Amino acid sequence: MERIIFYILALIMIVFAIASVSSKKMLRSVIYLLFVLCGIAGLYFLIDYNFLAAIQLTVYAGGIIVLIIFSVVLVHHIEMELELAKRSKQILVGLACLIGLGIFLTTIYSHTFNVVENSITTTAEDIGLGLLSYETGGFILPFEVISILLLASMIGAIVIAKGKKLTDKNEPK
Amino acid sequence: MNISLNITKTITELLSGFMPEGAANIGAMVTIALIYLAIFAVAGLYLVLLERKVAAWFQLRLGPNRVGPWGLLQTMADALKLVSKELTGTVKADKFLYNLAPYFVIVSSLMALAVFPFTKEFQAFDINIGIFFLIAISSIGVIGILLGGWASNNKFALIGAMRSGVQTISYELSVGLSLLTMVLLTGTLQLSEIVEVQKNGWLIVQGHIPAIIAFMIYMIAGTAETNRAPFDMVEAESELGAGFHTEYSGMKFAYFFLAEFINMFIIAAIATTVFFGGWLSPFGITESIPWLGVFWFIGKTFLLVFLMMWFRWTFPRLRVDQLLTLEWKYLLPLNLLNIILMAVIVWLNLTIQF
Repeated sequence: MERIIFYILALIMIVFAIASVSSKKMLRSVIYLLFVLCGIAGLYFLIDYNFLAAIQLTVYAGGIIVLIIFSVVLVHHIEMELELAKRSKQILVGLACLIGLGIFLTTIYSHTFNVVENSITTTAEDIGLGLLSYETGGFILPFEVISILLLASMIGAIVIAKGKKLTDKNEPK
Repeated sequence: MNISLNITKTITELLSGFMPEGAANIGAMVTIALIYLAIFAVAGLYLVLLERKVAAWFQLRLGPNRVGPWGLLQTMADALKLVSKELTGTVKADKFLYNLAPYFVIVSSLMALAVFPFTKEFQAFDINIGIFFLIAISSIGVIGILLGGWASNNKFALIGAMRSGVQTISYELSVGLSLLTMVLLTGTLQLSEIVEVQKNGWLIVQGHIPAIIAFMIYMIAGTAETNRAPFDMVEAESELGAGFHTEYSGMKFAYFFLAEFINMFIIAAIATTVFFGGWLSPFGITESIPWLGVFWFIGKTFLLVFLMMWFRWTFPRLRVDQLLTLEWKYLLPLNLLNIILMAVIVWLNLTIQF
């Protein structure tokens, strides 16, 4: 049962990933990307990691994709289709992709994976305690660093968006 | 996948009596999906009828009263009409995205229905991150609206869709934060456990002042999330025709329409579960008869649905800038302060327990 669901999800992800990069229409490739991200969320649900699956849906499917759609819709010539690249460029990109795929596959097949029988569902409580613990294996430092990064980017966004108004106000008259 | 499915278990046991195990599992899933689909298609139709009746009552009219007794079959007739209608489309639109958009909206709202505990036993999917799952799912519906508006190749539809995007992204924050305030009190995200916690008094009583503030913010933001009046800039008739679904007809329009009403039901059902004790009866008066819980749940939910309809027929529509000011300058700071207040109250053990 789980094997079948996994193969269905994997097939969906691969097909839409290829469709996403080969589609010539901008908004369509964004939607194909959305399907790939939903497929990844499905995989997390399959291994019973519900919290990460919901994060995947909120952050990537709900947040990032909506932002990409906004920016695509605001592009002026939305109906324009992508031009086909030159033959030499196509071959070069194909080779680079094959090399990358080869490296990935050799690493995956040469590594021996330990199969862990895990039937414990990670609860939100465990994740919260892990994030805020300062003992070994705790994540308090990265957590704080990321919050400072987010604060800095938020202030930066406000300064960029309101730059002219802010400097006008501060100048002595 | 070890998901605890309460009604699934009973149906699986029933089916595995005369089927092999694998087939029984799939059979149970399909049965439950069909039951939920049927219930909520009908519930959506009757919510539309309720809305029209409430509207008529507020405007001192009679409302639909010709088809069936007291007009009870009116929306059924409307649905049959919509099924038989021609599906029109625009010539220069992106056909694939145009056809895909309604499904995003309806699928995301139907997915959310699976996690509600209607009674202790009647819950399809008791996921351990219940509330967070609901927030995650509700953030997907807006993609359907954005796509539908863009793919219609119509400027009114596009403006409507952009307004909807801005509105949903902004108000999602308030919905999430006001629910987070209540999670501070429950200490769990699982919906069935949230109901268990409320056996010592509903959360709106347990958390008194901050809980009432959170409930008010939640109802305002929830109404805005469903794109209903007074926050219906998305389909403001006087400015935009019909907004993002101007170009849709027949069943595809019906999907958008049905999704709006099911979303209203979802917002009210979340409020029932988180603030008003879900299927618990007031003061435990029917505690000995557990199956009555479903009536309490539906009753409380419809009371809140009525509240949202009351909003719709009482308040005039806001402007876009007023809408964004309300969210970012008033609701959000209030919400953050409210979380701190709630944290202090939980910390000092000032909650009211019976």
